[in-house]
Amino acid sequence: MQHAPTIDPGHETSTGIDNRKLLMWLFLASEVLFFGGLIGTYLLYRNSSVAPPCPTDCVFDGVTYQGLFDIPFTSISAFVLLMSSVTMVLALAAIQRNNKRGLGIWLLATALLGMTFLAGQAFEFTEFYHEGLTLNTNLFGTTFFVLTGFHGAHVSVGVLLLVSMFIVSQRNDWTKEHSLNVELLGLYWHFVDIVWIVIFTLVYLIQT
Amino acid sequence: MSGAVIGQQRPTIGEALRRIRLEAATYHGVWSWIATVDHKRIGLMYGATAFVFFLVGGVEALIIRLQLARPDASLVDPDQFNRLFTMHGTTMVFLVVMPLSAAFFNLLVPLMIGARDVAFPRLNAFSYWVFLTGGLFMTASFFTGNPAGAFFEGHLGAPDGGWFGYAPLTSTQFSQGTGIDFWAFGLLILGVSSMAGGFNFIVTIINMRAPGMTLFRMPVFVWMTLATSFLIIFAMPIITVALFQLLFDRLFGGVFFSVADGGTPLLWQHMFWLFGHPEVYILILPAMGIVSEILPTFSRKPLFGYPFVVFSGLAIAFMSWGVWAHHMYTTGLGTTANAAFGVATILISVPTGIKIFNWLGTMWGGSIKINTPLLFSVGFIAMFTIGGLTGVMHSMVPSDYQQQDTYFVVAHFHQVLVGGALFGLFGGIYYWFPKFSGRLLNEKWGQLHFWTMFVGFNLTFQPMMILGLLGMPRRISSYSDGLGWGFWNMMATAGAFLIAFSVVAFIVNVVVSMRSRERVGGDPWDGRTLEWAIPSPPPAYNFATIPTVKALDDFWNTKYVENEAGIPVPVVADGANGDDEEDAGHGIHLPSPSVLPLIAALGPVFIATGFIYHGNPWLLPLIPVGAVTTLVGLYGWALEPVTE
Ligand SMILES: [Cu+2]
Repeated sequence: MQHAPTIDPGHETSTGIDNRKLLMWLFLASEVLFFGGLIGTYLLYRNSSVAPPCPTDCVFDGVTYQGLFDIPFTSISAFVLLMSSVTMVLALAAIQRNNKRGLGIWLLATALLGMTFLAGQAFEFTEFYHEGLTLNTNLFGTTFFVLTGFHGAHVSVGVLLLVSMFIVSQRNDWTKEHSLNVELLGLYWHFVDIVWIVIFTLVYLIQT
Repeated sequence: MSGAVIGQQRPTIGEALRRIRLEAATYHGVWSWIATVDHKRIGLMYGATAFVFFLVGGVEALIIRLQLARPDASLVDPDQFNRLFTMHGTTMVFLVVMPLSAAFFNLLVPLMIGARDVAFPRLNAFSYWVFLTGGLFMTASFFTGNPAGAFFEGHLGAPDGGWFGYAPLTSTQFSQGTGIDFWAFGLLILGVSSMAGGFNFIVTIINMRAPGMTLFRMPVFVWMTLATSFLIIFAMPIITVALFQLLFDRLFGGVFFSVADGGTPLLWQHMFWLFGHPEVYILILPAMGIVSEILPTFSRKPLFGYPFVVFSGLAIAFMSWGVWAHHMYTTGLGTTANAAFGVATILISVPTGIKIFNWLGTMWGGSIKINTPLLFSVGFIAMFTIGGLTGVMHSMVPSDYQQQDTYFVVAHFHQVLVGGALFGLFGGIYYWFPKFSGRLLNEKWGQLHFWTMFVGFNLTFQPMMILGLLGMPRRISSYSDGLGWGFWNMMATAGAFLIAFSVVAFIVNVVVSMRSRERVGGDPWDGRTLEWAIPSPPPAYNFATIPTVKALDDFWNTKYVENEAGIPVPVVADGANGDDEEDAGHGIHLPSPSVLPLIAALGPVFIATGFIYHGNPWLLPLIPVGAVTTLVGLYGWALEPVTE
């Protein structure tokens, strides 16, 4: 999106790095701490729940409860999000070649993949809910929903920005001059994607 | 970025916003402040707002001191007492010292690095408006925190969990009403403001320096702003997570801090202090930067060991991440952890000590001019040293076991935050007041202010050291006669009122000085840094021509050269203020004023109110209302052209 004025348009910055790009990197750096706190909390409380259900099979009072995680399903939605990073790269490549139409197509593709991921998350949350897991059921419920919920919120913001950029870019004459906007949104999108890879690995795949 | 307003044929939201913005651009008076994106005006608004909150936090402190002046007092009940000390701490940290520092960042950083504004002027305005709305929201909890009407029955609704908000004191079980919710949402909102400011100042300092202004030619204050900003952008996300967890527990039945569900309240303490200790340096580094500017000017010598001051500041910022558990020795972390954090804490006092010696070295052999800014700076060094030394005492685990939760700790942190941070900030106000008002603050009132504050400060907090050693616990609303605490408490209360008197003297000083007809030029103190090279008050565009910097203390070097004996002698042709003619600013493009940052900043308090009262069908819709307000503000902001 277009924001962030430099006082002297065209005036070189001290480092040569664009102000907005530096801002985005700093923002993402602080986001690392945000997700670090959430993921850290999840890991701290892993296997600490005093009531079922659990992410994997667990036993309470001699009764075995089936684990909730559906790794194949979540692997597919993780793959979808991963692919959306590819389409994001293609969007940037398109506008760098002055291809406004290509930009539009790939932005839309990225947004659709993001929405598919969100739909997968909504489905997963509903499934868990029907199997008895809510925010207040146990530590697993609280930490899981808050962590993945905040990640989902970040994806939603990304989708909103992708759609907005699609509209603005197609209604105006975007050329490679505008590629920085796409690059910045790309940075954000890749970051959110990477965070999911970390969450998927630490929360879903590695079970101790 | 032209013509990006969506749907130009029909009047749309974008069009409507554009009209509001144009209107604001043409308005004068109040509107020109509401829509301003000028870093100097934003800085002044930060300062004025923080000062009002300072009076609020001060009144809270005076009520606390009145209550504790005598044994068995009943001016306020224990419940009200809890709310008062919680709000006193929260207000002074988040609504006074941090925004006062932000005021100085805003006023000074662009001038000191030779820039026309910060990197993101509208983001800067947004930071201020979010701070204002968040601060008002937090303070409103006095009236709104309890169920409607309760206030009029003599019950304040403010948060009651301490500024540290330890779990499980903040759980719905132990803190009914909505005070804690206001506190948590208030801190979240204020965090947005701080982080936006942090990003902005890092980018500004890294990217907006004038030609030749290399990093090691930057004034120490700019370095300290940079270090503080990095601390802010990395510390705030951690408290943000903790506050969200608290709110999920309180509002939606989460179990993050619930022991019955297998959770641990210590999680909160770890998160809070992982934020909280860097926060301590967020509060003190700006004041250290200010003092590092004042001392060289009035000693008429360069700062002694500039690289050491810079690197020790960076070392402090870096090491502040590895000491948080010194707040948690008595929670049972174990001997190894306690020893490790004890050693780290002792080590962090080394760079602090280096700074103190550098300040002393700066004054050593200088031709010192004693006036109010210098007095506050020297007062800062003396009081901060005592505060630092008592801090070293706390780093020793066995010693800390003894002092934990006593008034000794209260004395310690007021020693660094009042005797340190606040003295430094007041010194800065006296030093830079002429730059932004064109008038000197009155020296007689200034010295009265300093001396009454200095005596009052010591009379308040040194007795607290004794009280702590006598075993008086923190956060008690009254104590029995016969414990031997009455005398020292009475002294502390007398001291607190002397501080209040000194603040009145300061207010009188500002009023008297603003009415004075005497004006000063651009460089009343014979300063060393770039801000003194331009007129007072500076024109909107700051520098008619962007300066080219050739050395550290470049402005000084344009005025003086050293003779063979190393003594500075004035350069004969003094053209210090020559290049800023009245109409020199024509043709300089400045960012246009905008009300959109303010509109975007209004949303969060609506959203927070909606969540706090989400059981109320009338207030629940405030969530979408707030979200739409902020979205409209942000989208309008993103799509509006930057300059006319
Ligand atoms: Cu600490």
